[in-house]
Amino acid sequence: MSRTIARSQHGGRLALLFGGPALLGIAVFLVLPFLLALGLTLTDQRLVSPEPGEFVGLRNYERLLSVSYLVQEPESKVRGELRPTAPVYSRARAVIRANPAYAGYRPLADFRLGESRVTVLAKDPAFLRALFNTFTFAVLVVPLQCLVALGLALLVNTGLKGQTAYRAIYFSPVVMSMVVVSVVWVFLFDRDLGLFNKLLSVASLGAFQPIDWLGNSSTAMPAIVIMSAWQGAGFQMLIFLAGLQGIAQELYDAARIDGANAWQRFRHITLPGLKQTIAFVLVVTTIGALGLFTQVDVMTQGGPNEATSTVMFRAIQRGVREEDVAYGSTISVVYFALIVMLVLVQRWTSRRLEGRPQ
Amino acid sequence: MTPRQLKNAPLRLALHALMLLLAFVFLFPFLFMLSASLKSNQDIFSDLQSLRALLPVGTLTLQNYAEVFGLGNVGRFFLNSVFITIATVGIGLAVNSMAAFALSRLEWRGRAPVLTILVVLLIIPFDAITVPLLFIVASLPGLEMTELGISPTRSWLDTLYVQIIPFIANTFSIFLFYQFFREIPKDFDEAAYVDGATPFQVFRHVIVPSSMPVFATVGILQGLAAWNQYLWPVITVPGDAARPLMIGMQQFFGRTTEWGQVMAYATVITLPVLVAFVIFQRWFVRSVAGSGIKG
Repeated sequence: MSRTIARSQHGGRLALLFGGPALLGIAVFLVLPFLLALGLTLTDQRLVSPEPGEFVGLRNYERLLSVSYLVQEPESKVRGELRPTAPVYSRARAVIRANPAYAGYRPLADFRLGESRVTVLAKDPAFLRALFNTFTFAVLVVPLQCLVALGLALLVNTGLKGQTAYRAIYFSPVVMSMVVVSVVWVFLFDRDLGLFNKLLSVASLGAFQPIDWLGNSSTAMPAIVIMSAWQGAGFQMLIFLAGLQGIAQELYDAARIDGANAWQRFRHITLPGLKQTIAFVLVVTTIGALGLFTQVDVMTQGGPNEATSTVMFRAIQRGVREEDVAYGSTISVVYFALIVMLVLVQRWTSRRLEGRPQ
Repeated sequence: MTPRQLKNAPLRLALHALMLLLAFVFLFPFLFMLSASLKSNQDIFSDLQSLRALLPVGTLTLQNYAEVFGLGNVGRFFLNSVFITIATVGIGLAVNSMAAFALSRLEWRGRAPVLTILVVLLIIPFDAITVPLLFIVASLPGLEMTELGISPTRSWLDTLYVQIIPFIANTFSIFLFYQFFREIPKDFDEAAYVDGATPFQVFRHVIVPSSMPVFATVGILQGLAAWNQYLWPVITVPGDAARPLMIGMQQFFGRTTEWGQVMAYATVITLPVLVAFVIFQRWFVRSVAGSGIKG
């Protein structure tokens, strides 16, 4: 029977013929590097090296994640001084160097706790700073981008004329290259000539003092956040839109008959109806945010003062540009672990939401 | 929130105004890019005082484009990017759809576990394997074309295919195809088999013609990713023979102070995508919406 061709006897060989190329590609370019990453983290492999790396156990992880702290009391007041002055502490670096227990540590940040000064130490302060920056970026960009996207979705879902065109316009930055977008925005963020400062200055009737957005360590990350939200919001808008269109029209009709106003309908029909979509969008956006690289590489190279250095930026910096593949892989594995945690959280919430239907 | 509610004229007007304002917010960087690319540096700076910065007004010139293409290698970078994109999409569509056919239509041992593994692999973002993948391609033996013919090389770095081959097979593409194929009634292929068709004929004449939407979706998603690729070529293609446009742009940007030329470069990169987007707008929107709703 010809029908049986697709069945039993030739099935295996046929499947290999059809699926083989793709499965081979996935094995070589996805599974292999992933497993290799796990293996490399246990070695000191260099990118270009005649000798294979040696097994070093968990040393890379230890170097990456070790954190400690140093508490210092203020030194006794300088003799003869009458005026109370700011407390003086001996230099943290000197203390670290003098104490073998702190071997390998460098200061990451410090803060005051009462009279004493606490210095947080790390073996790789640059990575922890990058991790902190990455979280900061995610915490800022995810709510901003998702709220803008939800607003846009509601706006283009009212049935007004021209909405297909508006939808396309709001979405258009998503299809653009992030390199192009970054370069254009570098000009927009320029201190003296950028339109961004010009606009703020006009809007504030000249009261606004121009800011060097990307050259200032406190504004560089917010600037990247604004640009990224602008670039990406159209994507989440479309997903929200699909979610909105899945809500039954009858619910709105019934609510209107019951006299519910627009806000009540939004609060009690739209939001509950979008629960799954919101959970999904939040996770997808967060995953994207944690991978922040291109904007930073094009606009700031991680600066100023490492203020925009991110996890992926460090992974490429160490693993590729400094040719320490083992260490770069370790950063990648930590990054991957973050993603897995997020996805597990999403699965869990999504199952809970399904378990308790509206 | 529904069409019927908007009988209120002032509200409708306000919403229209808001949509228009937002359209401006989402378009103005492109307006600036396009306008600046057509002006001399001097005009760009003087126009920055007003909204003229966003409009192609004043003395317009194609000088910036001439200068950019006069750099000599932009044309090659452009062709590199076009080739990479077409090859990735073309081979990718064939390979991934065939794999999905095997998973959704053929009976074989191991099908269920392979499917499960593919779904699990969806979770690995490319970013997470970039460094080890670089390590692999840096030591894979490859080929290169020289005046003397094709000769073996010791790594894949600095080639066009290092930007293509790793991106052909794609778990997400397979998954999209699989979901779509599963919905096509099995009666269609059964009937074809009864008529004596081979599995390849069934794939070619039954499955493919009924699956154009998913081919468009996957093509657009993989094509955009290939064209806009940055992280991978920035680390694998140090030389300029195989360099794609994005890297060319980034390096040019790092070297020049000519705003107009940078904007011309940016426009050259953006225009093909923009044209494709305007023509296939409906498909783009559907692809992305479809890619978002999984599981």
